[in-house]
Amino acid sequence: MYDSPALENTVDTKDIKISANNVQVFYGETHAIKDVNVAIEDKTVTAFIGPSGCGKSTFLRCLNRMNDTIDICRVEGQILLDQEDIYDPRVDPVQLRAKVGMVFQKPNPFPKSIYDNVAYGPRIHGLAKNKADLDDIVERALRRGAIWNEVKDRLHAPGTGLSGGQQQRLCIARAVATEPEVLLMDEPCSALDPIATGQVEELIDELRTSYSVVIVTHSMQQAARVSQKTAFFHLGNLVEFGETSQIFTNPVDARTESYITGRIG
Amino acid sequence: MTDASLSGPDSTPLPQGKTSLLAQDSRTKRRNAAEKRFRFYGMAAVGVGVLFLVVLLVAIVRNGTPAFTQTFIELPVQLSQEKLDPDQTGDPEVIKKTSTFGYNGMIDQALLDLMAAHGLDSPFDKGADLRKMISASVPAQVRDYAIAHPDQIGQTVVFKVLASSRVDGYEKGRVTREALARDKNLDAEHLDLVDQMRDAGILKRSFNLDFILGTDASESRPEQAGIGASMVGSFFMMLVVLFLSLPIGVAASIYLEEFAPKNWITDVIEVNISNLAAVPSIVFGILGLAVFIQFAELPQSAPLVGGLVLTLMTLPTIIISTRASLKAVPPSIRDAALGVGASKMQSVFHHVLPLAMPGILTGTILGLAQALGETAPLLLIGMVGYIASNFPDGIAAGFLDPNSAMPAQIYEWAKRADPAYYERAWGGIIILLVFLLTMNFIAIILRRRFERRW
Repeated sequence: MYDSPALENTVDTKDIKISANNVQVFYGETHAIKDVNVAIEDKTVTAFIGPSGCGKSTFLRCLNRMNDTIDICRVEGQILLDQEDIYDPRVDPVQLRAKVGMVFQKPNPFPKSIYDNVAYGPRIHGLAKNKADLDDIVERALRRGAIWNEVKDRLHAPGTGLSGGQQQRLCIARAVATEPEVLLMDEPCSALDPIATGQVEELIDELRTSYSVVIVTHSMQQAARVSQKTAFFHLGNLVEFGETSQIFTNPVDARTESYITGRIG
Repeated sequence: MTDASLSGPDSTPLPQGKTSLLAQDSRTKRRNAAEKRFRFYGMAAVGVGVLFLVVLLVAIVRNGTPAFTQTFIELPVQLSQEKLDPDQTGDPEVIKKTSTFGYNGMIDQALLDLMAAHGLDSPFDKGADLRKMISASVPAQVRDYAIAHPDQIGQTVVFKVLASSRVDGYEKGRVTREALARDKNLDAEHLDLVDQMRDAGILKRSFNLDFILGTDASESRPEQAGIGASMVGSFFMMLVVLFLSLPIGVAASIYLEEFAPKNWITDVIEVNISNLAAVPSIVFGILGLAVFIQFAELPQSAPLVGGLVLTLMTLPTIIISTRASLKAVPPSIRDAALGVGASKMQSVFHHVLPLAMPGILTGTILGLAQALGETAPLLLIGMVGYIASNFPDGIAAGFLDPNSAMPAQIYEWAKRADPAYYERAWGGIIILLVFLLTMNFIAIILRRRFERRW
């Protein structure tokens, strides 16, 4: 059933980029994430799959502390990025988010020009010394986002005027413009049509050469196509984590098998 | 084609237990009737509202427009050399020594000469009787001219003088001969003379710019009163309101909406702000009296104090509308900014605030419009009852010297006994409404201009 390229995907390196140890997340009284341990490798696409409400998005948002904006959310345990605890009180979440970029479920370009969308991150982080430098960064980011050819003639048109798929690639370009080390993607293709999805997936595979990519997806085919590692979440637990090919062909846990064969979820 | 399909729907036998779609059952009929009734109630309510609005507008325009015209008499006055400047010094200081009473003789003579020159059949021998037809402001008008133009002393100058309010009322149909029977200010003979003067072309009704730009006058000279000085008072009050309530209101809203933790203290603050918006404005007036005038000892009747009181009153409105427009900015924009590593403040000031701007500006302008029309709090800080007969000389005086405000001036006029003031009150309302409509129009333009673009 899943005769996908996942079987041929190989894992390039084994450096651990992010490691989560005994992570618990509470929303008020609700225990949303229970005791998750996972090691996310560098230059690898890691997919989080699982039924709705299983906590995969919540866990993803812990990795760049986007959950801080929710008052009732509480995170326990340890998440290490390059051996440093990102929940250490000395860590400024703003610096963390410059290193761990994020792409959201719905394309959310700023209501500004395409150029300003991409240039915003480098500007606030002071990455460009002058205008020419900034132009370079914007062009590089848009090329990496595989959207340069489509927008190079209208960089000053509003980003919100692009099609859904273009907007999402613009958001990816915006995220990579700040030179992050990890790119988190929360269901980046759920609002896109199959052609746009294909383009974004291709892009994800290219991004893997430079970044560690973590993607949350509802589509198991997508996880199989783009990822090398897959984590299956169920009811707040990390049920199984391993090579994508192994998860989809030979799952260890009965729940994983039920999910990928369509019996739960 | 079968027989069944050829015959009408009524004759088609329906299978057992089926109903036809072509006939409404009683339940559907009742539902449709209820909907029709409800639509009728709605239309009736709208109709009643529109009717009231039309009646209001017609009443305002009909009663108010006469205030914009005034009856004038062209009166040549000889500025008497021996009376004003017997030594021919040409020095304004010498001319100033003659008070306005000193001009009455000249004016009386001028009126008698005017009657004679046009061959009018005047029943009055004494100029003082003729003087009842012109405004009490004329001697001052002639005196001001003489002081300003000493070289004209000894010459005859044609003045365009205001007719008295009774004569003006006769021209506008407000005053009748019957009504004058019990009026000691003017007699029916005067009106006969007015008819003659009109025919002779020396008495005319024309547009009176002084009503819009002039100052208020005492109770006995309604023909001289204008709303200009209180317009200046309102202007300085609005400056105070704008420069205090916009920054304070927006800063408070941004803090409460974006930064403040959600706990019981902020809940209490939120409830209180909503309640403050509903507090009767006169309560703010007495608060202003107690705090700004009695405690802080700021001057009474000053636009500064009025502005402070109206700021207190406008703040809740601005805070509520600002918070609503901040809330309306989609959270995805905040996420996007935080996601590329913007700080909370950067995400608010670079992305959220510009998007909320049209709403904030609209709310502010509507708040200002509300403050502009507010009368009750001004009652208590002494901006009502004050006769704004002078313009403030300078910016500081504009804030600190006693003045009135447009709605307070209108209230003051409506309160005075002379029916000529009643007409001016309506005229003042037209001017106030023009300001309010302009502000609302600007609010609409701004909203259109910066329409949300996401």
